[in-house]
Amino acid sequence: MITVAIDKSADDARPWIEAANPTHPSLIDTTHVLADLYNIVNVPTILWIDERGRIVRPNDVAFGTDTFKHITGLRAATHLAALRAWVRGETTVLPEARIRALQSLPTDDDQRARAEFGLGEWLFNRGRTEAAARHFAKAGELAPHDFTIRRGTMPMRGIDPMGPQFREMLGAWVKAGNPYYRPLAE
Amino acid sequence: MTEKSSFTIVDGGRVTAVGEAEGAALAKQAETSGRPVAIDLDERAACFGISAAVRAKALASLEAPDFTLPDLDGSPHSLSAQRGKKVLLVAYASW
Repeated sequence: MITVAIDKSADDARPWIEAANPTHPSLIDTTHVLADLYNIVNVPTILWIDERGRIVRPNDVAFGTDTFKHITGLRAATHLAALRAWVRGETTVLPEARIRALQSLPTDDDQRARAEFGLGEWLFNRGRTEAAARHFAKAGELAPHDFTIRRGTMPMRGIDPMGPQFREMLGAWVKAGNPYYRPLAE
Repeated sequence: MTEKSSFTIVDGGRVTAVGEAEGAALAKQAETSGRPVAIDLDERAACFGISAAVRAKALASLEAPDFTLPDLDGSPHSLSAQRGKKVLLVAYASW
Protein backbone atom coordinates (compact mmCIF):
# COMPACT_ATOMS: atom_id res chain seq x y z
CA MET A 1 0.00 0.00 0.00
CA ILE A 2 1.08 3.52 -0.79
CA THR A 3 -0.88 6.56 0.33
CA VAL A 4 -0.36 9.97 -1.23
CA ALA A 5 -1.71 13.20 0.24
CA ILE A 6 -2.47 15.74 -2.49
CA ASP A 7 -2.04 18.81 -0.30
CA LYS A 8 -0.35 22.21 -0.38
CA SER A 9 2.19 21.22 2.26
CA ALA A 10 3.38 18.27 4.33
CA ASP A 11 2.05 20.07 7.40
CA ASP A 12 -1.51 19.96 6.02
CA ALA A 13 -1.34 16.15 5.90
CA ARG A 14 0.80 15.70 9.02
CA PRO A 15 -1.99 15.31 11.64
CA TRP A 16 -3.63 12.49 9.67
CA ILE A 17 -0.37 10.68 9.00
CA GLU A 18 0.85 11.00 12.59
CA ALA A 19 -2.49 9.76 13.93
CA ALA A 20 -2.46 6.74 11.59
CA ASN A 21 1.27 6.06 12.15
CA PRO A 22 1.38 3.89 9.02
CA THR A 23 3.97 1.22 8.20
CA HIS A 24 3.47 1.71 4.44
CA PRO A 25 4.97 4.62 2.47
CA SER A 26 2.81 7.64 3.25
CA LEU A 27 3.77 10.36 0.80
CA ILE A 28 3.09 14.03 0.13
CA ASP A 29 2.37 15.46 -3.32
CA THR A 30 2.32 19.26 -3.23
CA THR A 31 2.88 19.72 -6.98
CA HIS A 32 0.29 17.20 -8.25
CA VAL A 33 2.86 14.80 -9.67
CA LEU A 34 0.52 11.86 -9.05
CA ALA A 35 -2.60 13.68 -10.26
CA ASP A 36 -0.81 14.49 -13.53
CA LEU A 37 0.53 10.95 -14.11
CA TYR A 38 -2.74 9.17 -13.26
CA ASN A 39 -5.30 11.79 -14.30
CA ILE A 40 -6.60 12.04 -10.73
CA VAL A 41 -9.33 14.69 -10.47
CA ASN A 42 -10.68 14.16 -6.97
CA VAL A 43 -9.99 12.37 -3.70
CA PRO A 44 -10.18 9.71 -2.61
CA THR A 45 -8.96 7.94 -5.74
CA ILE A 46 -7.64 4.39 -5.54
CA LEU A 47 -5.90 2.09 -8.04
CA TRP A 48 -4.78 -1.52 -7.86
CA ILE A 49 -1.32 -2.27 -9.25
CA ASP A 50 -0.14 -5.86 -9.55
CA GLU A 51 3.25 -7.49 -8.85
CA ARG A 52 4.46 -6.64 -12.36
CA GLY A 53 3.59 -2.98 -11.99
CA ARG A 54 0.47 -3.23 -14.16
CA ILE A 55 -2.74 -1.31 -13.47
CA VAL A 56 -5.40 -3.95 -12.82
CA ARG A 57 -8.04 -1.61 -11.43
CA PRO A 58 -8.07 1.92 -12.81
CA ASN A 59 -9.03 5.10 -10.93
CA ASP A 60 -11.93 4.32 -8.63
CA VAL A 61 -13.52 5.87 -5.57
CA ALA A 62 -13.25 3.98 -2.29
CA PHE A 63 -13.26 5.02 1.33
CA GLY A 64 -11.50 3.32 4.23
CA THR A 65 -14.39 4.03 6.59
CA ASP A 66 -18.12 4.73 6.41
CA THR A 67 -17.74 8.32 7.68
CA PHE A 68 -19.08 9.75 4.40
CA LYS A 69 -21.43 6.90 3.46
CA HIS A 70 -24.50 9.07 4.02
CA ILE A 71 -23.21 11.42 1.30
CA THR A 72 -21.49 9.04 -1.09
CA GLY A 73 -23.62 5.91 -0.79
CA LEU A 74 -20.35 3.93 -0.86
CA ARG A 75 -19.72 1.28 1.80
CA ALA A 76 -16.08 0.82 2.77
CA ALA A 77 -16.63 -2.91 3.23
CA THR A 78 -17.48 -3.46 -0.44
CA HIS A 79 -14.09 -2.28 -1.69
CA LEU A 80 -12.25 -3.86 1.23
CA ALA A 81 -13.74 -7.31 0.49
CA ALA A 82 -12.88 -7.05 -3.22
CA LEU A 83 -9.36 -5.88 -2.33
CA ARG A 84 -8.82 -8.75 0.12
CA ALA A 85 -10.01 -11.30 -2.43
CA TRP A 86 -7.61 -9.90 -5.03
CA VAL A 87 -4.65 -9.85 -2.62
CA ARG A 88 -5.36 -13.45 -1.57
CA GLY A 89 -5.59 -14.54 -5.19
CA GLU A 90 -9.22 -15.59 -4.81
CA THR A 91 -10.42 -13.53 -7.78
CA THR A 92 -9.16 -12.75 -11.22
CA VAL A 93 -8.81 -9.15 -12.28
CA LEU A 94 -10.77 -7.53 -15.11
CA PRO A 95 -9.60 -8.26 -18.66
CA GLU A 96 -7.24 -5.59 -20.03
CA ALA A 97 -9.77 -4.41 -22.61
CA ARG A 98 -12.29 -3.86 -19.82
CA ILE A 99 -9.74 -2.00 -17.67
CA ARG A 100 -8.99 0.31 -20.61
CA ALA A 101 -12.70 0.86 -21.20
CA LEU A 102 -13.08 1.93 -17.56
CA GLN A 103 -10.13 4.33 -17.69
CA SER A 104 -10.65 8.05 -17.95
CA LEU A 105 -7.84 9.55 -20.03
CA PRO A 106 -6.80 13.21 -19.84
CA THR A 107 -7.83 15.76 -22.47
CA ASP A 108 -5.80 18.69 -23.78
CA ASP A 109 -7.76 21.01 -21.46
CA ASP A 110 -7.02 18.75 -18.47
CA GLN A 111 -3.31 19.08 -19.20
CA ARG A 112 -3.54 22.82 -19.85
CA ALA A 113 -5.28 23.10 -16.48
CA ARG A 114 -2.42 21.17 -14.85
CA ALA A 115 0.14 23.54 -16.40
CA GLU A 116 -1.87 26.50 -15.03
CA PHE A 117 -1.93 24.78 -11.64
CA GLY A 118 1.84 24.23 -11.83
CA LEU A 119 2.46 27.91 -12.50
CA GLY A 120 0.03 28.92 -9.75
CA GLU A 121 1.62 26.57 -7.23
CA TRP A 122 5.09 27.94 -8.01
CA LEU A 123 3.86 31.54 -7.72
CA PHE A 124 2.07 30.78 -4.44
CA ASN A 125 5.26 29.43 -2.89
CA ARG A 126 7.08 32.61 -3.99
CA GLY A 127 4.54 34.68 -2.07
CA ARG A 128 2.77 35.79 -5.28
CA THR A 129 -0.63 34.90 -3.87
CA GLU A 130 -2.80 37.05 -6.15
CA ALA A 131 -1.03 36.01 -9.33
CA ALA A 132 -1.28 32.39 -8.19
CA ALA A 133 -5.04 32.73 -7.65
CA ARG A 134 -5.48 33.91 -11.25
CA HIS A 135 -3.84 30.75 -12.57
CA PHE A 136 -5.77 28.50 -10.19
CA ALA A 137 -8.99 30.13 -11.44
CA LYS A 138 -7.97 29.62 -15.06
CA ALA A 139 -7.12 25.98 -14.32
CA GLY A 140 -10.56 25.49 -12.78
CA GLU A 141 -12.22 26.94 -15.87
CA LEU A 142 -10.26 24.61 -18.15
CA ALA A 143 -11.06 21.52 -16.07
CA PRO A 144 -14.20 22.20 -14.00
CA HIS A 145 -14.39 18.50 -13.02
CA ASP A 146 -10.92 18.60 -11.47
CA PHE A 147 -11.48 19.09 -7.76
CA THR A 148 -7.81 18.51 -6.90
CA ILE A 149 -7.55 21.94 -8.54
CA ARG A 150 -10.86 23.63 -7.74
CA ARG A 151 -11.11 22.45 -4.14
CA GLY A 152 -7.48 21.53 -3.50
CA THR A 153 -6.28 25.08 -4.20
CA MET A 154 -8.87 26.68 -1.89
CA PRO A 155 -6.41 26.68 1.06
CA MET A 156 -3.97 28.60 -1.20
CA ARG A 157 -6.67 31.16 -2.02
CA GLY A 158 -7.70 31.83 1.57
CA ILE A 159 -10.89 29.82 1.16
CA ASP A 160 -12.11 27.17 3.60
CA PRO A 161 -12.29 23.94 1.51
CA MET A 162 -15.13 22.70 3.77
CA GLY A 163 -16.88 26.08 3.97
CA PRO A 164 -19.71 27.91 2.20
CA GLN A 165 -17.74 28.58 -1.00
CA PHE A 166 -17.04 24.87 -1.39
CA ARG A 167 -20.68 23.99 -0.73
CA GLU A 168 -21.77 26.60 -3.27
CA MET A 169 -19.39 25.18 -5.89
CA LEU A 170 -20.51 21.63 -5.15
CA GLY A 171 -24.17 22.61 -5.26
CA ALA A 172 -23.82 24.26 -8.68
CA TRP A 173 -21.86 21.28 -10.00
CA VAL A 174 -24.39 18.70 -8.83
CA LYS A 175 -27.36 20.83 -9.90
CA ALA A 176 -25.93 20.90 -13.44
CA GLY A 177 -26.18 17.11 -13.44
CA ASN A 178 -22.53 16.30 -12.70
CA PRO A 179 -21.41 13.73 -10.14
CA TYR A 180 -18.86 14.82 -7.52
CA TYR A 181 -17.62 11.24 -7.10
CA ARG A 182 -17.34 8.88 -10.04
CA PRO A 183 -16.96 5.33 -8.73
CA LEU A 184 -16.56 2.56 -11.31
CA ALA A 185 -19.75 0.72 -12.17
CA GLU A 186 -18.17 -2.72 -11.53
CA MET B 1 21.82 40.05 -17.28
CA THR B 2 19.92 41.93 -14.59
CA GLU B 3 17.48 40.21 -12.24
CA LYS B 4 14.62 42.17 -13.82
CA SER B 5 15.19 40.76 -17.28
CA SER B 6 15.15 37.14 -16.11
CA PHE B 7 12.34 34.74 -16.80
CA THR B 8 11.58 31.54 -14.87
CA ILE B 9 10.57 28.23 -16.42
CA VAL B 10 8.97 25.57 -14.25
CA ASP B 11 9.18 22.21 -15.97
CA GLY B 12 8.50 18.91 -14.21
CA GLY B 13 9.99 19.95 -10.88
CA ARG B 14 12.93 21.76 -12.49
CA VAL B 15 13.03 25.53 -12.14
CA THR B 16 15.29 27.36 -14.58
CA ALA B 17 16.05 31.09 -14.88
CA VAL B 18 16.64 32.27 -18.43
CA GLY B 19 16.65 35.60 -20.24
CA GLU B 20 13.28 37.02 -21.25
CA ALA B 21 13.82 36.48 -25.00
CA GLU B 22 15.05 32.94 -24.42
CA GLY B 23 12.04 32.26 -22.17
CA ALA B 24 9.64 33.38 -24.89
CA ALA B 25 11.46 31.23 -27.45
CA LEU B 26 11.38 28.17 -25.18
CA ALA B 27 7.67 28.65 -24.46
CA LYS B 28 6.95 28.86 -28.18
CA GLN B 29 9.05 25.76 -28.80
CA ALA B 30 7.25 23.81 -26.07
CA GLU B 31 3.85 24.79 -27.48
CA THR B 32 4.90 23.84 -31.01
CA SER B 33 5.93 20.41 -29.72
CA GLY B 34 2.42 19.95 -28.32
CA ARG B 35 3.09 20.67 -24.68
CA PRO B 36 0.61 22.72 -22.62
CA VAL B 37 2.17 26.00 -21.52
CA ALA B 38 0.93 28.34 -18.80
CA ILE B 39 2.52 31.74 -18.96
CA ASP B 40 2.42 34.91 -16.87
CA LEU B 41 4.20 37.83 -18.53
CA ASP B 42 3.74 40.15 -15.53
CA GLU B 43 5.34 37.57 -13.25
CA ARG B 44 7.90 36.62 -15.93
CA ALA B 45 7.26 32.92 -15.47
CA ALA B 46 5.94 29.93 -17.38
CA CYS B 47 5.11 26.34 -16.55
CA PHE B 48 5.48 23.62 -19.19
CA GLY B 49 3.18 20.64 -18.73
CA ILE B 50 2.94 17.24 -20.37
CA SER B 51 0.62 16.69 -23.33
CA ALA B 52 -2.60 14.73 -23.04
CA ALA B 53 -1.35 12.42 -25.81
CA VAL B 54 1.74 11.43 -23.82
CA ARG B 55 -0.16 10.91 -20.57
CA ALA B 56 -3.05 9.04 -22.25
CA LYS B 57 -0.70 6.71 -24.11
CA ALA B 58 1.14 5.83 -20.90
CA LEU B 59 -2.07 5.15 -18.97
CA ALA B 60 -3.62 3.10 -21.78
CA SER B 61 -0.51 0.86 -21.81
CA LEU B 62 -1.60 -0.16 -18.26
CA GLU B 63 2.02 0.09 -17.08
CA ALA B 64 1.57 1.99 -13.82
CA PRO B 65 3.54 5.25 -14.25
CA ASP B 66 6.42 5.35 -11.76
CA PHE B 67 6.76 8.28 -9.38
CA THR B 68 9.00 9.35 -6.53
CA LEU B 69 7.54 11.46 -3.73
CA PRO B 70 8.71 12.39 -0.22
CA ASP B 71 7.26 11.22 3.07
CA LEU B 72 6.77 13.52 6.08
CA ASP B 73 10.50 13.41 6.83
CA GLY B 74 11.38 14.28 3.25
CA SER B 75 12.69 10.78 2.42
CA PRO B 76 11.87 9.83 -1.19
CA HIS B 77 9.85 6.70 -2.02
CA SER B 78 9.14 5.23 -5.46
CA LEU B 79 6.32 3.05 -6.69
CA SER B 80 8.88 0.87 -8.50
CA ALA B 81 10.38 -0.16 -5.13
CA GLN B 82 7.14 -2.11 -4.53
CA ARG B 83 7.63 -4.32 -7.62
CA GLY B 84 6.83 -7.95 -6.75
CA LYS B 85 4.06 -6.88 -4.37
CA LYS B 86 0.45 -6.01 -5.01
CA VAL B 87 -0.08 -2.30 -4.38
CA LEU B 88 -3.16 -0.41 -3.32
CA LEU B 89 -2.45 3.18 -4.36
CA VAL B 90 -4.56 5.70 -2.46
CA ALA B 91 -4.72 9.41 -3.24
CA TYR B 92 -6.34 11.45 -0.49
CA ALA B 93 -6.17 14.97 0.93
CA SER B 94 -6.80 17.00 4.05
CA TRP B 95 -9.37 19.12 2.18
